[in-house]
Amino acid sequence: MTTITVTVNGKPYTRDVEPRTLLVHFLRENLNLTGTHIGCDTSQCGACVVHLNGVSVKSCTTLAVQCDGAEVTTIEGLADGAILHPLQEGFWEKHGLQCGYCTPGMIMAAADLLKNNPNPSDDEIRHGLEGNLCRCTGYENIVRAVRYAAEKMNTVNAD
Amino acid sequence: MTAETELKPRYIGQSMKRREDPQLITGKGNYIDDIKLAGMLHVALVRSPYAHATIKSIDASKALAHPGVVAVFTGDDMMDINPLPCAWAAGRVKNNVNTPRALAVGTVRHVGEAVAMVLADDRYIARDAADMVDVEYDPLPVVVDAKEATAPGAPQLHENAPNNIVMEWDAGDKAATDAAFASAEVTISEPIINQRLIPTPMETRGSITRYDEATGEFTVWMTSQAPHVMRLLLTAFVFGIPETKLRCISPNVGGGFGQKIFCYNDMAFTMWASRKLARPVKFVEDRAENYKASTHGRDHITDAEICGTKDGMISGLRVKTYANLGGYLSTIAPGIPTTLYGRIISGVYKIPSAYCHVTGVYTNTAMVDAYRGAGRPEASYLIERMIDRFATEIGMDPAEVRRKNFIQPEDFPYQNGLGMLPYDSGNYEPALNKALEMAGYADFRKAQAEARANGTYLGIGISSYVEVCGVAPSAWIGLAGEGWGAGLFESANVRVHLTGKVAVTTGSLPHGQGLETTFAQVVADELGVPYDDVQIQWGDTQGTPFGYGTYGSRSLTVGGTAIKKSVDKIKEKAKKLAAHMLEANEADIVFENGTAYVKGSPDKVKTIGEIALQASVAYSLPEGMEPFLDETSYYDPPNCTFPFGTHISIVEVDPDTGMVDLKRYIAVDDCGNQINPLVVEGQIHGGIVQGIAQALYERAVYNEDGQLLSGTLMDYAIPTAEMSPHIETDHTVTPSPVNPLGVKGAGEAGTIASAQCVMNAVIDALSPFGVKHMQMPASPERVWKAVHSK
Repeated sequence: MTTITVTVNGKPYTRDVEPRTLLVHFLRENLNLTGTHIGCDTSQCGACVVHLNGVSVKSCTTLAVQCDGAEVTTIEGLADGAILHPLQEGFWEKHGLQCGYCTPGMIMAAADLLKNNPNPSDDEIRHGLEGNLCRCTGYENIVRAVRYAAEKMNTVNAD
Repeated sequence: MTAETELKPRYIGQSMKRREDPQLITGKGNYIDDIKLAGMLHVALVRSPYAHATIKSIDASKALAHPGVVAVFTGDDMMDINPLPCAWAAGRVKNNVNTPRALAVGTVRHVGEAVAMVLADDRYIARDAADMVDVEYDPLPVVVDAKEATAPGAPQLHENAPNNIVMEWDAGDKAATDAAFASAEVTISEPIINQRLIPTPMETRGSITRYDEATGEFTVWMTSQAPHVMRLLLTAFVFGIPETKLRCISPNVGGGFGQKIFCYNDMAFTMWASRKLARPVKFVEDRAENYKASTHGRDHITDAEICGTKDGMISGLRVKTYANLGGYLSTIAPGIPTTLYGRIISGVYKIPSAYCHVTGVYTNTAMVDAYRGAGRPEASYLIERMIDRFATEIGMDPAEVRRKNFIQPEDFPYQNGLGMLPYDSGNYEPALNKALEMAGYADFRKAQAEARANGTYLGIGISSYVEVCGVAPSAWIGLAGEGWGAGLFESANVRVHLTGKVAVTTGSLPHGQGLETTFAQVVADELGVPYDDVQIQWGDTQGTPFGYGTYGSRSLTVGGTAIKKSVDKIKEKAKKLAAHMLEANEADIVFENGTAYVKGSPDKVKTIGEIALQASVAYSLPEGMEPFLDETSYYDPPNCTFPFGTHISIVEVDPDTGMVDLKRYIAVDDCGNQINPLVVEGQIHGGIVQGIAQALYERAVYNEDGQLLSGTLMDYAIPTAEMSPHIETDHTVTPSPVNPLGVKGAGEAGTIASAQCVMNAVIDALSPFGVKHMQMPASPERVWKAVHSK
């Protein structure tokens, strides 16, 4: 066992973990943050995307011990209290989810995308989300949702 | 207040945002793997690396000695429970039924079949210990191809199924069809393969059982589209215990697409082990396990023949299909290539004679059962490819051939001669015309010719489809001889509480379809109450009436109608009570917009809330009236519904690389009345991309040893956002006369329409190279070979 301290959604946690423990299992099993999902074993699906020190990572291919001293943001930490993040709002407004299983990872990946490219074209949105699979929506409404969020965030930033 | 305002739907027809979403976008969903119970054990499975083998020995001693391991069980330990049932043996023929046990006994018949289960305190330990179980196998010869499996001398999977044949089934008029072919001006035959697909819901499957020693009752949380059916099958067939001893709960389910309809071994072995060890037991598949051992879809090898006249009239369709059903029969496997396929092969066309013969086959592969569309995409692909082949052969515009052979509006209700219930309603040409107009079809051929002259290969593909939705009617599915023992009715209970709030419980099982929202829209309008006052509850066999669950695009048509029937009963009772409260004659009471008033005296009015209060406190009820507004309905529809439409795609194919660029995708669908157009469009989008995926990307591949080569998401190409097109949608509205909501269903339409739409476009693009047909998926390699083999 190794002792690590990780700040998750602004709150520090100190835990003993096996060196092989995956970040996604640490979040889900140790911290009970089950919003981050697991959809594959090969790092394709992106259901597990979280932010590690502000950058999106697949938590199924990140070891918990690698996150010692780091800051992690999960879907549970994205909203500002009761105020939804523009991406969460966009996914709701534009019917960007159906079963909801890929959604947390999709939103976290999209958040990183918009940070790097605040005004992406539809093609750039599709390209930016290539590491996240959705089986329900056909992606059309996910693109609309991300575009909605981009427009909203740009409006807010311009104010 | 005044009540005499015109009844206007306030919610039906509105694109309301889904009420399901707030929990799901904030990470507060509750999926199977999110559930933790005190003292819960984790299961890891030992799975067969061989596609066909005898199990010689299993040595679990090392695993049992591993710290944290509580037990290891094998199939031999579980001989006190029965194999899983096959609930839908295809009709009118002998079915040689072989179903899986909770864990294999004696022989394994596909790669990934579960041989032993390891239970440990932690999932990592369970996985470690599973690798320590030593299983010795004697490999047996393997067959993975359905046609080859029926050949003399092929490896045999089951003693009771000679030549690996599950069943021989047919539909239609063979003699008339043979006669049509014998006298036809034009006859075309084509081998058509509908390749095996893996459904791939983003959440894999799993189950958790808690056994209560004190009461002898099981609670099973499961990733199921049909928990009531699971309760029935697991108690009556597998365990031989009363249904009342099992409670099944589906929490949030992360997509299903058919794969989560069925009864699986993990439900049985978690129940068995939880009872044995008196501890909760959890099993959740990883993706590789889902790919190897949960059900697959499609996998037909077909010889298709079509005939007709040189001026474009189709006179006959003859189909011989080998349907690969895998190593064992899954819950409803034989029903898919028969009832849901063979009875609809003539599609939207008035074909005078048609005949379909299906041979169901065992092979050393994962079980095949319903996958989105389930039989209907296979049928639609076949007829729409053959129509295009026919059009090419006689040199006629494929849109024109379709138009000439469409079933006409006055033909409904239409009998297709294949034993399907009559098509309810349809008007196919307006949908075709709308799609052609959106695509700019009139100008396309010119643009195509110009592009070809410049070395650019464009193609356009048309797909006109009809699907059978609302899979339920006892008049069809439950008919003696069709193989399913019962009609697949749906249920609803509606209660109006003392406070006027409305609780609806349903046997439907939403897992992405937005039913909570859609159902609430229906109830709010029908009862005339605020939308937010309606709660839809589902998923728990304790507290919802028995229903057959969600699949077959049936939940609004069948489940929604059950809800409406219960609301109607509530309104009838409310009218009686209002008459009593208003001291009026019941015949003079009008119920609308959530109020009951006396005809001609709109000031004499009681709201549904006031009536519910009176019914609940139960002072002064009319003589003989029971307290409370609480009504249950079980709805067995008289017929299926038959949505339809036309999709068009435009592709550009690069003959040098074989790459297909899907430039436009246009969908005009008619699902009858739309309750929530936002949700309908979402269903159409998702369905379309699953069909496009079949046309361009996906193929489950077994090698000759029965190893699944496409065994992970690295190898099995479900589309990303970049691989998926922008989708242009529109619709026509032809209400269904079958149900009072006039709805037809939308869950599978996109998938049923889209694969052939894209393939027809690819083949059209390749026509200068002499390509008339190619098998799916149109991968770069296949396209390149097609171009360069000519």
